[in-house]
Amino acid sequence: MTINPSGWRPATPSDVHGEVPATTTGNRALMLEEPLLFEIGSRDQTGVDFDARPQSSGALGGLLRTALDLPGLSEPETVRHYTRLSRQNYAIDLGLFPLGSCTMKHNPRLNEKVARMAGFADVHPLAPQESVQGALELIDVLAHWLITLTGMHGVAMSPKAGAHGELCGILAIRAALEARGDARSVVLVPESAHGTNPASAAFAGYKVEDIPANAAGRVDLDALKARLGPDVAAVMITNPNTCGLFEPDMKAISDAVHAAGALVYCDGANFNAIVGRVRPGDLGIDAMHINLHKTFSTPHGGGGPGSGPVVLSQALMPFAPLPYVVKAEGGYRLVEEETAHAEGSDSFGRMVAFHGQMGMFTRALAYILSHGADGLRQVAEDAVLNANYVLRTLEDVLDAPFASSGPCMHEAIFSDKGFAEGFSTIDVAKALIDEGFHPMTMYFPLVVHGAMLIEPTETESKATLDQFIIALRSIAERARAGDEALKAAPIFAPRRRLDETLAARKPVLAYQTPAPDGADNGEGAEVGGG
Amino acid sequence: MRYLPLSDVDRAEMLDVIGAGSIDDLFADVPAEARLDGPIAGLPMHSSELSVERQLRAMAAKNLVAGEVPFFLGCGAYRHHVPASVDHIIQRGEFLTAYTPYQPEIAQGTLQVLFEFQTQVARLLGCEVANASMYDGSTACWEAIGMARRITRRTGAILSSGLHPHYVSVAKTMARFTGDMLDTAVPSFDRTDTERLIAGITKETSCVVVQYPDILGRIGDLTPIADAAHAAGALLIAVVTEPVALGLIKAPGEMGADIVVGEGQSIGVGLQFGGPYVGLFATREKYVRQMPGRLAGETIDAEGKRGFVLTLSTREQHIRREKATSNICTNSGLCALAFSVHMTLLGEKGLRTLAGINHAWAVEVAGRLSAIPGVSLVGGAFFNEFTLRLPVEARPAVHAMVEKRVLGGVSLGRLYPGEDSLANGLVVAVTETVTNADIDALEAALAECCA
Amino acid sequence: MSLYFTKDHEWVRVNGDVATVGISDHAQAALGDIVFAEVPAAGKTLAKGDEAAVVESVKAASDVYAPVGGTVTEANAMLGDDPALVNLDAEGEGWFFKLTLSDPGEVAGLMDEATYREWCKTL
Repeated sequence: MTINPSGWRPATPSDVHGEVPATTTGNRALMLEEPLLFEIGSRDQTGVDFDARPQSSGALGGLLRTALDLPGLSEPETVRHYTRLSRQNYAIDLGLFPLGSCTMKHNPRLNEKVARMAGFADVHPLAPQESVQGALELIDVLAHWLITLTGMHGVAMSPKAGAHGELCGILAIRAALEARGDARSVVLVPESAHGTNPASAAFAGYKVEDIPANAAGRVDLDALKARLGPDVAAVMITNPNTCGLFEPDMKAISDAVHAAGALVYCDGANFNAIVGRVRPGDLGIDAMHINLHKTFSTPHGGGGPGSGPVVLSQALMPFAPLPYVVKAEGGYRLVEEETAHAEGSDSFGRMVAFHGQMGMFTRALAYILSHGADGLRQVAEDAVLNANYVLRTLEDVLDAPFASSGPCMHEAIFSDKGFAEGFSTIDVAKALIDEGFHPMTMYFPLVVHGAMLIEPTETESKATLDQFIIALRSIAERARAGDEALKAAPIFAPRRRLDETLAARKPVLAYQTPAPDGADNGEGAEVGGG
Repeated sequence: MRYLPLSDVDRAEMLDVIGAGSIDDLFADVPAEARLDGPIAGLPMHSSELSVERQLRAMAAKNLVAGEVPFFLGCGAYRHHVPASVDHIIQRGEFLTAYTPYQPEIAQGTLQVLFEFQTQVARLLGCEVANASMYDGSTACWEAIGMARRITRRTGAILSSGLHPHYVSVAKTMARFTGDMLDTAVPSFDRTDTERLIAGITKETSCVVVQYPDILGRIGDLTPIADAAHAAGALLIAVVTEPVALGLIKAPGEMGADIVVGEGQSIGVGLQFGGPYVGLFATREKYVRQMPGRLAGETIDAEGKRGFVLTLSTREQHIRREKATSNICTNSGLCALAFSVHMTLLGEKGLRTLAGINHAWAVEVAGRLSAIPGVSLVGGAFFNEFTLRLPVEARPAVHAMVEKRVLGGVSLGRLYPGEDSLANGLVVAVTETVTNADIDALEAALAECCA
Repeated sequence: MSLYFTKDHEWVRVNGDVATVGISDHAQAALGDIVFAEVPAAGKTLAKGDEAAVVESVKAASDVYAPVGGTVTEANAMLGDDPALVNLDAEGEGWFFKLTLSDPGEVAGLMDEATYREWCKTL
């Protein structure tokens, strides 16, 4: 017989334990370090082959490119570079992503599939309209859904994201006021608002004033009424608000604002809480943007692209931006600058080059059709149920400033009250990373000290929530007890806490190739403070 | 419903824990008159995946697909071949379903990609720094005008007649509300408006905005305009809607542009009927604190390892509120990733080859089409897009060509309705995606229109 | 030479008709690591209460108001290279700008040092 000439043994757990050693590569098994493209690529390498074709620089007028210095990689190197980088990201596909006011819900892959249909993806924005009737139809069908779900009169589809939608709404309001010769200069915004609200109002030339909140975390109706006057152009309200609470006086607010000759802008970032159960139009609002990347499940993509259609009241619809789609005898057509006047539009103008985020429209419509009117209603109910479940299972270990005023909507808010001296929300957030969860939104809204805003969304199972609650309860108890180990978190992430002060004091915003003689030991372009 | 994990048993248990009798109790803050007691009337109920796909496929089928016909449209959106690996990478869930990288320890993938993207964009445009992207080229162009106002504390912007008319429209919309004074003009076939731009610069001028290549496809040296602007304390903003051109022609930053913005769609993103696209934005180091948009920057972690974070965020709306440099919140992250992956696959070598092929095709097509009787080529240097002056109005010609399933170009009548001097202009873009058969088809169709 | 403070946490040290302005030690501690300071150019005229400078930490940007009116004679160039000076020595080397007083009487409305320090304890 031959007796095991290779010496092979099946793997078995070893008795050897102890310190985790450093590796020579810096890699830790599946956690792979990845250099910068500029450290591994070469100007002479490419991952694209071209059909043999003559090349030319014949008609360029002599404006020839010299320096370029863009490194390339072959296809396998490229795929590996980005795949390795991808694994240093947390994502909804990996687990709970409870960022309050961000609505990080599951992104269905059907959406991705339909957006890539050649009839949508491979169509030019300036193609003659008779050749893109299906694309215009899709925009019109989605518009119909958005109008009907919100109970509004019309919708501007072109804004590129939520903040762009806010700007659209405010510009429509300003155009409407100007059209009636009514010069008003002030926009009222609650302190708890997203920072984009005052930024959008200021951009449109308005002075921004705060509206105070009451102890229950809602807009103080009496204070608001007292401030309304002939100088107030609009009130911007988030409903449900950024504390995760519905504004029960919303209709009264709208009525008071209208009585004072002003208009109501509603930030629709939190529409997911009420879709299918409440139509904002019934609450008297004039404009509201809808983040398709929140309520309607288009992917966040690591920070965009978003899409922010704005539903408008009858009073504002004539001022909607160009272009827009109308359905007519014999097909759909785009209303642009050329025909706007004849179509009865008093548009404030164009906000973007083309028609908006078509690729997001296809995804959002696929999601909406999938859920239907009944499913969308269930979305809101489950989102609110999940948030209240989180609120009530944590309120004994985390301070919940508004819990006593009743149920929350789609997100639960907690404060850092009760943590040991020197412990803050960031310590809880970073410890959640080690437990395998994305942290909640922290330190927002500003009206709650050390705010932790948790939005689970409807696409999380009870089992996932229970696991999250157990982890967060344990971390909260450690923060209350002053467990110093929390300060070191995260320990298991691809990076430990990063030095944001250094990044801001000495900004390095682009890679700079080190000098060949080694004289330059810095590796990036430093930016002066000037 | 397939996207909702909770079962009715779960829901009952959770309501019990919450102490609510029913789901309606959780909506108690909604005033009774605004509560809907059932699904909204007039809308369909839920659909299966198969059914949704069918409904959308029916709409998609009504569109003439660029890749299935002879296709020569440009004017701010270009059809290039995108390698298959680009779409594979952007569909990885860790990129697709991540949020803005506010927790950098678990977002190094996105952050390093943005840092690499910023570097690629800065180098491509010939500038020192670039941001992590904007919504698109048109909004980036307006943001650049606003930035020039903040830097120079002046409000007069002179827009070249060669700037995309949609970009001009966007700037006009915004300027109405910010008080910027825009000096605009309509292009002419006879010459570019370099002289008009230089002559128009005054002590009130914040910036001169030039598109390169321009809306008619023409390219020219920006240096004289940069010099004239700088001499008066104004900035030069250059707008690039076809960045592939910069593989072959001089970068605006090399010719003295202070801010270079662009539409990055033509690299990696695809046509998508106008969006989402990706705005490029680059400038000089000394202006970085006046630059809008997100920025990724290099730093170290608690163990001294290199890492990346979003930085200089005090310029942004979530901190500065009404004093922010811009109200823009999102960038165009996934499109920036697509741009960056495609640019990595190309590298300098591939980009130069791609640009060379584009130009060679365009020269060939320009020669053949301008040989059609009555058709002439509008003069000047060009890259992969040029303007023809037809003996007939171009707009009906475009529609007539669609009848023959040829997407033959963008008529200037569409872009400049009512401008009689431009009505016969047809802008034709030629990329590496065309074939000899496509060119034959265009030549025949156009000849028939002009006969 | 006398030192005064505002309720917005600026300090002003007056020497004849020249005043030096900065932010208080209490303010720098509350802001955290200062990463950037934008100071007014020499020659700029400021009225009392005008936005005179900007100070930024990683997560906050704050305006610094002129505690008194006057014409700026000098800005602290050191802050451009080393904004951390504000953290290290807020009421000394980390000064923001100097101005010539337009109305020396304006200091009368400000807090003296002892009053300010006591007041900070109540915040």
